[in-house]
Amino acid sequence: MIEITLVHYLFLSAIIFTLGVFGIFVNRKNVIVILMSIELILLSVNVNLVAFSVYLQNITGQIFALFILTVAAAEAAIGLAILVVFFRNRGSIQVEDINSMKG
Amino acid sequence: MTAHALIFYFLSTITILSSIMVISTKNTVHAVFFLILDFVSISALFIMIGAEFVGMILLIVYVGAVAVLFLFVVMMLEGNFIKIKQSFLQYLPFGFFIGVVILLELVLIIGSWQYRPEFIKTAKISYNANETNTEQIGKLIYTDFFLPFQLSGIVLLVAMIGAILLTFRRRDNVKRQDILKQSSREREDSIVLVDVESNKGVKVND
Repeated sequence: MIEITLVHYLFLSAIIFTLGVFGIFVNRKNVIVILMSIELILLSVNVNLVAFSVYLQNITGQIFALFILTVAAAEAAIGLAILVVFFRNRGSIQVEDINSMKG
Repeated sequence: MTAHALIFYFLSTITILSSIMVISTKNTVHAVFFLILDFVSISALFIMIGAEFVGMILLIVYVGAVAVLFLFVVMMLEGNFIKIKQSFLQYLPFGFFIGVVILLELVLIIGSWQYRPEFIKTAKISYNANETNTEQIGKLIYTDFFLPFQLSGIVLLVAMIGAILLTFRRRDNVKRQDILKQSSREREDSIVLVDVESNKGVKVND
C-alpha cells in the first residue's frame, strides 16, 4: 500500500481507460466530449507505457509515449476540423443529429 | 517513500475525479477545463516517477495545444445551440455495462499479471543512471528510432494540411490577391485614353 509499484500505475491507467470508454458510450450531448474521451483513452495508454518504461528501466516506452502524443495531437486537430466543417454544413454537433449516414 | 505514496494517491485521485467530471459535466467548457486538470496531474505523476521529458512534453502538447484547440472549438460552436436533448439516461445502463466489463477485464489482467522472471534479463536495458532522462531519450530517438521519429513528423504535417484543407472555405465578396491576374495585366486592359472636348467632360462608366 505504501510502496508504489507498477501495479498501482496500471490500475490508474485501467480506471482512466474505462472512464474514457464509458464517456464515449454514455455521452449523447455533443461530439466534442467524445473526442475528449478519446484523448482520455490515449492518455491512459501513455500512463501504461511510461510506467512500464520506468519500472523496467527501458527508455523505449517513453519514446513510444511520445509517438502516441504525436498521433493524439494529429487526431485532435483533424477531428476538430471535421467537427467545424460539419457544424458549418448542418448547424449542429449533437450526437443525435449526426445520422445522415443512417448507421 | 511515504511522501511518494501520498503524492501518488493525491495526484491519481485528482486524475480520476477530473476524468469523471470530463464525461459527466453538462457544460462543455467545464469539461475542457477538467481535461486540462487531468493532463496536468498526469504530467506531474510522470515527472514524479522520473519521466521528466514525457511529462513536460505532455504539458506543452496537451495543455498548450490540444486543450486550447478544444477550448477554441467549444467556444466557437457551443453558444449556437441551447437545446440539449436529455437522453443521457437512455444509454446509461448499456454504457455502464460495457464500462464495468472493460474495467473487470483490465483488473483481472493486472491482478493476475506477473513478471516473467527472465524478462528483465532479456529486455534490452538502455537505462543509464548517469544521464538525464532527456539525454537518454535524445540518444535513442536520433539513432534507433530515427525513422519513426521522422514519420511522426510526416503524420503531423499531413494532419496540418488536412485540417487546413477541411476548414478552408472560399467566401464570395471577399477580395483576394491573385498574383497571376495581377502580373498578367496589360496596359490596354486597364487604361483608356480619351480625348476630352473642353466644356463637355467625359462620361465615366465605372
